[in-house]
Amino acid sequence: MSLLKVNNLKVNFKTYGGTIRAVRNVSFEVDYGETVAIVGESGSGKSVTVQAIMGLIKKPAGEIEKGNILFKGKELLQLSQKQLREIKGKQISMVFQDSMTSLNPTMKVGKQISEVLLYHQHVSKQEAKARAIEMIKEVGIPNAERRYEQYPHEFSGGMRQRIMIAIALACNPDLLIADEPTTALDVTIQAQVLGLLEGIKENKNTSIILITHDLGVVAESADKVIVMYGGMMVEKCSVQELFSNPNHPYTWGLLESIPNVSNKDKERLKPIEGSPPDLFSPPKGCPFAPRCKYAMDICMEEVPRLYDVADGHSSRCFLNDEMAPNIATFSEVEERV
Amino acid sequence: MNQEIIKTTNVKKHYAIGKQQVVRSVDGISIDIYQGETFGLVGESGSGKSTFGKTIAGLTNPTDGSVYYEGNNVNNLSKKERHRINREIQIIFQDPQASLNPRMQVGDIIAEGIDAHGLAKGKARKERIYDLLERVGLNPDVVKRYPHEFSGGQRQRIGIARTLAVQPKFIVADEPISALDVSIQAQVLNLLNDLKDSEDLTYLFIAHDLSMVKHISDRIGVMYLGNMMELARSEQLFDNPKHPYTQALLSAIPVPDPTLSKRDRIVLQGEPPSPVNPPSGCKFRTRCPHAMEICSLEAPMWKEIHADHWTACHLYS
Amino acid sequence: MSREARELLFKPVNKKESLSEQIIRPSLPIWKETAINILKNKLALFGLVLILIITFFAIAGPAMVPYSASEQELTKNNLAPSSEHWFGTDDLGRDVWARTWQGARVSLTIGLVAALLDLIIGVTVGGISGYMAGKGKRGDRIDSILMRIVEVLYGIPYLLVVILLMVIMEPGIITIIIALSATGWVGMARIVRGQILQLKSQDYVLAAEKLGSSHAKIIGKHLIPNTMGIIIVNLTFSVPSAIFSESFLSFLGLGVQAPFASWGTMANDALGVVIGGQWWRLFFPALMISITMFAFNAFGDGLQDALDPKVRKKGGK
Ligand SMILES: Nc1ncnc2c1ncn2[C@@H]1O[C@H](COP(=O)(O)OP(=O)(O)OP(=O)(O)O)[C@@H](O)[C@H]1O
Ligand SMILES: Nc1ncnc2c1ncn2[C@@H]1O[C@H](COP(=O)(O)OP(=O)(O)OP(=O)(O)O)[C@@H](O)[C@H]1O
Ligand code: SF4
Ligand code: SF4
Ligand SMILES: [Mg+2]
Ligand SMILES: [Mg+2]
Repeated sequence: MSLLKVNNLKVNFKTYGGTIRAVRNVSFEVDYGETVAIVGESGSGKSVTVQAIMGLIKKPAGEIEKGNILFKGKELLQLSQKQLREIKGKQISMVFQDSMTSLNPTMKVGKQISEVLLYHQHVSKQEAKARAIEMIKEVGIPNAERRYEQYPHEFSGGMRQRIMIAIALACNPDLLIADEPTTALDVTIQAQVLGLLEGIKENKNTSIILITHDLGVVAESADKVIVMYGGMMVEKCSVQELFSNPNHPYTWGLLESIPNVSNKDKERLKPIEGSPPDLFSPPKGCPFAPRCKYAMDICMEEVPRLYDVADGHSSRCFLNDEMAPNIATFSEVEERV
Repeated sequence: MNQEIIKTTNVKKHYAIGKQQVVRSVDGISIDIYQGETFGLVGESGSGKSTFGKTIAGLTNPTDGSVYYEGNNVNNLSKKERHRINREIQIIFQDPQASLNPRMQVGDIIAEGIDAHGLAKGKARKERIYDLLERVGLNPDVVKRYPHEFSGGQRQRIGIARTLAVQPKFIVADEPISALDVSIQAQVLNLLNDLKDSEDLTYLFIAHDLSMVKHISDRIGVMYLGNMMELARSEQLFDNPKHPYTQALLSAIPVPDPTLSKRDRIVLQGEPPSPVNPPSGCKFRTRCPHAMEICSLEAPMWKEIHADHWTACHLYS
Repeated sequence: MSREARELLFKPVNKKESLSEQIIRPSLPIWKETAINILKNKLALFGLVLILIITFFAIAGPAMVPYSASEQELTKNNLAPSSEHWFGTDDLGRDVWARTWQGARVSLTIGLVAALLDLIIGVTVGGISGYMAGKGKRGDRIDSILMRIVEVLYGIPYLLVVILLMVIMEPGIITIIIALSATGWVGMARIVRGQILQLKSQDYVLAAEKLGSSHAKIIGKHLIPNTMGIIIVNLTFSVPSAIFSESFLSFLGLGVQAPFASWGTMANDALGVVIGGQWWRLFFPALMISITMFAFNAFGDGLQDALDPKVRKKGGK
C-alpha cells in the first residue's frame, strides 16, 4: 500500500469572474521514502492540488467536486475537522509557498517550533524546547540556543525558510509537502535547503511532495514527476523517464525551452509559443491544444485520457492512441542530452 | 567591438537608513560595457544588482564615482544632452505587472516615449505603434486593450515595445524574465536577442538564473554584497571560474539531467552578511572556504588576471 | 461515434498561430468591469438600491402626503402610525413621515456637501504633498508644512472644533458643514498622499520619467487615474460618516436648528417622549440613520472589492 493515493481529484473555485476549474482529474501515488515532484506553469493547479490534500480548500469559494485522497488507506476527505487536525502537522505537514510571511512576527522563532510539539505530542515544556533547539540545529542553523530566543525579522530569507521546514519536521511526519520551498531563494541557499530535504528523506524515510518549476531541481531531488498543465496532470513518470523518454508535447516544450548549461554553442532557444490557458474557459479538448505543434482535430474536441506508455509512465496525449499518425519523436531533446 | 559604451569608475551608491546607518548597496565598481555586447550581471538577492543598474541608467545618482556614457559623464550634462542620453539609455523592469499602467491602453503605453519626444504624430504615430507591436510579436489589434488582459510574457513584450519606441542604444534589463513561466522565458529571451541584432543594442542583463544568463551574455559580472567579484567572457567564467564565490555559485546550479552523478557541490555555509555592516577586507571572507588571514585585513584589488578576465581575490595576487 | 468517423479526427490541424497568441482575458474597460463586479456583489447591490430608494423618498416623500413638514395641527398630536399618518405625528401634530423625508433632504445634503468638500481639499492637499515629497529641498518643505497642518488637525477632536465654531457662528446647516469639513478632509489628504507616494516609485512611473514624459503628463496620466479608485471608495465612506456626525451633533442640540429638521434633531426631540410610549418619533429617524449608514458602507465595501486589482487578477494571469 502506498502512503498517499490521490484519485481523480477535481477542485473548483467560484470567483467574481466565474468558476475556475483549478484542478481537473489528478491522480497519483506517493510511496514511503519517495520524493514526488510536481512541475508546471504558474496557475496550473500545483498548489491547489496539495492544498486539497492538506484540507485547505475552504468553502464557499473553493469546492472539491470529486475525488479521493487516501492516506495510509484512510479517506481524508471523509474525516472530521478534529481527526484531520490530528493527522495534519503530525503525519502530514506542509511548507508553504509564501512561508516568508507565514511565521508569526511577534513570537520567538523557537516558541513557534515548540508550540507545534506541545500541541501534537504529549511532552513537557522543557522537552519541547530541547527538541526545538535540536530541530534548529538539524536544519543547519548555527547557534541554535541563541537563535531559539530570536524573532523572525532577525533571520534572513533562507533561514526563515529552514525554520519553516524545522516546524514542519518537528513531529517527524511521514509526508512532507513543500510548495516551492526554494523559489524565492538564491542558488547557494537553495543548495542548502535541497541538501536538507535530501538528508531527511535518507535518514528518516520521509516521503516528500516537492512543487517546483525548476527542472534542474526536479532532476536532482525527485524520484517521480508529475507534470501539470491547465489544471490537468498531463504526464506522470519516473525522473529518469522524464528526461530520457518524455512523452507529452508540453513536456517536450519545457525541456527544449531551457538552455543547457553544459552546451557550448549558443543555439537559439525553442520556446513554447502562445500563452497558458484561461482557467475560466479552458479549451474544450486538450488544454495544451492551442499551443501544441502536433495538435489534431480530435484534440480540439475531446480531453485525452491517460495513456500508459511504459511501466509507471502515463501521458495524457492523443499521439499515443493507436489511431494517431506516427509523427512525433522527441529527437530534438535526445540530441541535446 | 571593444569600443566601450558605458564606463563606470569606482561607482558607489549608499542609502541612508535611519539616523546613523548607511546601506552600502553598491560599493565601488569599475567596469566597461562594450558597444554591442550583452553584459550579464549575476549575484545573490540584495547584492546590489538593481541599484547598480539603476545608477547606470541614470535613475539615481551615484554617491561617489562616475558613470560615463560614450565618454560623457552622465551626472554632469547640459539639459539638452541629458534629454538625448535619457532617451538612448532605457530600462526594462522585472515585474511586467508593475511596469505597465493598468489604466492606460496598450497603444498609449507604447506611444508614451513617442509623444514625450514628439517623434511622430497622427497617422505616423499609429503606424509606428503597429510596427512596434509587430516587432515584439503582438497582433496590432491589441492597441485598445488594457494590460490586465494580457499574460505575463505578453506584458513584458509590451514593455519592450515601449522602450524600443524611443530608439535606445543601451538597455538595462533588470531581471526581465524572472517573473515569467519557464515556457515563456525563452520567448522573451529570443526576442531580446533578435532585437539586439536588428536594433544595434547593447544590454546590461541582470538575472538570477545563471543558465539563462550564460545563454544570452557575452561577458558576465558576478556581484557580492555591493562589489564585483569576477568578470569574464561567459564561457571562460563557466569553464574556469577563479573567484571562490563564483565557483560556489556555479556548482550550486541544479542541472536538469538526472543521469549526471551527484557533482561535488560547494555548499556555502551561512548567509550573506548585511550590506549595512559588511565584513572588513574581502566581503566574502565570512563564507569563503579559502579565507586567509590577509582577507580580513585588506580588501583584495580588482585586477585583470588574464586577458579580459578580472577578479578581486587574494588567491590571485 | 463510429470508429471510422473517429479515425478522421486523428489528423493534424492546420497550424493556427493566431489561436495560440490569443488574448487570454476578454476586453473590458476597467469601469465596466468594476460595474459588473458591483452588480455581482449582492451586498453592494443591496446598498446601492437602498441609497436610491432613500434618495427617491427624500425627493418625492414629502409630496406624497397632504401635510407639510412644519404644518402644525395641534388637535392631532401624538398620534401613532395609521393609514392617515403613516409614521404618526409629533407633539405639535406634525406629520412624522413628512418630517422624516424633509430631514432626509437635510441629512443627505449635509453628507454630500461635506464629503465633497473633504474630497476637494483632501485631494488637493494630499496630491500636492505627495507629489512634491522627494522633489528637491523646496518640494520636501512644502510636503512637510502641509503634513504638519494635517497632523495638527488630526489631533484635534472635531467636537472641539464644532464647539469653537458655535461660539463664533450661528448654529445651522452651514456651520455644521464647515465644522465637519474643517477636520474631515485630513483623512482623505493622508490617503491620497500615501497612494501618490507609493505610485511614484512604481515601475511604470519610473519608466515614464525615463521615456521623457513631462510632470504634467505623469500626474495626469499615471498618478491621478490610479488614485481615483481609492478616492471614490473613501468618498462613499465619508458620506455616511458626515451624516452620522451631523445627526450626532443635532442630537446633542449643536446642529441644525428649527424650523429645519434633520434626523438627528428629530431623534433629539423624541427623546423625552419615548418613555411615554411614542416610540415612532424616535424609531423612524433612527431607522433612517441606520439604513443610510448601512447602505453607504455596504456599497463602499463592494466598491472597494470591485476596484481591487487583486480581485480582478484572480484566476486569469
Ligand atoms: N483561493 C482561491 N480562490 C480563487 N481562485 C484560486 C484560489 N486559489 C487558487 N486559485 C486559482 O486556481 C488556479 C491554480 O492555482 P495554483 O495556486 O494551484 O497554481 P500553481 O500551479 O501553484 O501556480 P504558481 O506556480 O503560481 O504557484 C489559479 O488560476 C488560481 O488563480
Ligand atoms: N531606496 C533604497 N533605500 C534603502 N536601501 C535600499 C534602497 N534600494 C536598495 N536598497 C538596499 O540595497 C541593497 C541592494 O539592493 P538591490 O535591489 O540593488 O539588490 P539586487 O541585487 O537587485 O537584489 P534582487 O536580486 O533581490 O533584486 C539591499 O540591501 C537593499 O535593501
Ligand atoms: S492531445 Fe493533442 S494537443 Fe494535446 S498534447 Fe497531445 S497532440 Fe498536443
Ligand atoms: S580574498 Fe580571501 S576571503 Fe575573499 S574570496 Fe579570496 S580567498 Fe576568499
Ligand atoms: Mg503555487
Ligand atoms: Mg533587483
